[in-house]
Amino acid sequence: MIWACAILLALAGLSLLVGGAGFGVPDWAIVWELRVPRTVLALAVGAALGLSGAVLQGALRNPLADPGLLGVGGAGALGAVIVFYWGVSAVFPPALVLGGMAGAAMGCGALLALAGRAPSGPAVILGGVAVSSLAAALLALALTLAPNPFAMAEVSFWLLGGLEDRSLTHLALALPPIAIGLVLLARLGPGLDALSLGEATAASLGRPAPVTLRRAAVGVSLAVGAGAAVAGGIGFVGLVVPHLLRPLVGRRPGALLLPCALAGAGLLLAADLLARTAPLLLPLQSEPRLGVLTALLGTPVLIRLSRRVTP
Amino acid sequence: MRVQVSTVLLDGRGVLHDIDLTIEPGSFVALCGPNGAGKSTLLRHMAGVLPGGVPDPTRVAYVEQGARSAWGLTVRQVAALGRIPHRDDAPVDAALERCGVLHLADRPIDRVSGGQARRAMLARAFATDPATLLLDEPTSDLDPAAAHAIMALLAAAARTGVTVVAALHALELAERYAGRMIVLQDGRVAADGVPAVVMPDAARVFGMQLRIDPRPRLMPV
Repeated sequence: MIWACAILLALAGLSLLVGGAGFGVPDWAIVWELRVPRTVLALAVGAALGLSGAVLQGALRNPLADPGLLGVGGAGALGAVIVFYWGVSAVFPPALVLGGMAGAAMGCGALLALAGRAPSGPAVILGGVAVSSLAAALLALALTLAPNPFAMAEVSFWLLGGLEDRSLTHLALALPPIAIGLVLLARLGPGLDALSLGEATAASLGRPAPVTLRRAAVGVSLAVGAGAAVAGGIGFVGLVVPHLLRPLVGRRPGALLLPCALAGAGLLLAADLLARTAPLLLPLQSEPRLGVLTALLGTPVLIRLSRRVTP
Repeated sequence: MRVQVSTVLLDGRGVLHDIDLTIEPGSFVALCGPNGAGKSTLLRHMAGVLPGGVPDPTRVAYVEQGARSAWGLTVRQVAALGRIPHRDDAPVDAALERCGVLHLADRPIDRVSGGQARRAMLARAFATDPATLLLDEPTSDLDPAAAHAIMALLAAAARTGVTVVAALHALELAERYAGRMIVLQDGRVAADGVPAVVMPDAARVFGMQLRIDPRPRLMPV
């Protein structure tokens, strides 16, 4: 744990020293207005994704659960896009993040409703696929109807995920809900532990499943919704991080929460550092998209894991 | 402990009717009856885990039928879940010891035998340090020796003052170890009393008869 925090601090320090302008500190304004928001957002969004993945896998007792895969991230993006392209966030800036959270909350609500009375097993993954497709379809619909003719191209780009050129305003808008969501999720440990013995036993231990699931839904909506509103679609972090950590910290869901938050933060910051340094080191015109990088990093890990995944 | 049920409906179907039982502290009660008689539902009602029920997590431990753990937790991790209501992990090893699985504490529960996994689940319940232990089919799928061992463990717990109520299909085990047998039929109490006295009624509920059989039977050593 101490090592994990040390690595995070080192990554954060490095992150403040690297940017589009090159290595080092060209101007403190650049560090303060561009690199600080980017670094803190990468940490916060990464922690949100890692922790949400750990909570969802524990709550649904399903190793495939992930905010992206279950459509919660997509629904959050849909909410943010609707608010952005219909001009609401231009008049009232917090609407962007609120839209993301509202979208994610609707995604979570739909998921719980579809999963019905047995929120584990294949039903919830099928429900997630349904929510995910519906969010994608509605997103396309919202864009074709949007007043801005370039909306489609811009949003396709944005949906690939990224943290470049985020400002202190983005940080101020997104950080509070992400932080509240993280706190809510981090407190779910005993509820998730109890659920590993099934719903009736969890209830007999004083941790009824519906309460745990509702709190998980609220926390994920806040953290992932606000994260998606400022960072676009970033997949795989929530899915991969818990699987990577189980061999290291044990398989008890409650014991995974804090490590998954730290590892998610570190992973996303490292991926973002890679995205930033790629144009400096390689002959690239622009940064690779963050969501593309996490997918490229995450897929091989997933393929390796897929052979030995058991709930 | 008084258990009173006028009616319990599940999915709109009446499962339990007109039940009024008083269970003495420290007694070992076997809940018998055919499949669908309402044994599991009565246990769930007593555990407070039916919709609208209020569980008493620090005093009542409930082990559901075929209880298993997701994620392949270790035996000790499973037992420690019994401390969730107390928010500490003091007597976990004592509970593992009591159930004879302390030497398996660090093995994943999906890598031990069925009988050992059942003991781990029992240790989880004992770790809560409950006044009442509710168990749904604690001996199903176990070999005869393991089943007898679990029953002896429960009888010993009852002697130390823990109230034990177990749903059991194995009437012979119930008769041998329990101090009281409650026979359910179609959600009602069909017979209730000392096992030796109730056995003929229990046999009738199952559509069977009771006969003296002089053939050798398997007994614990």
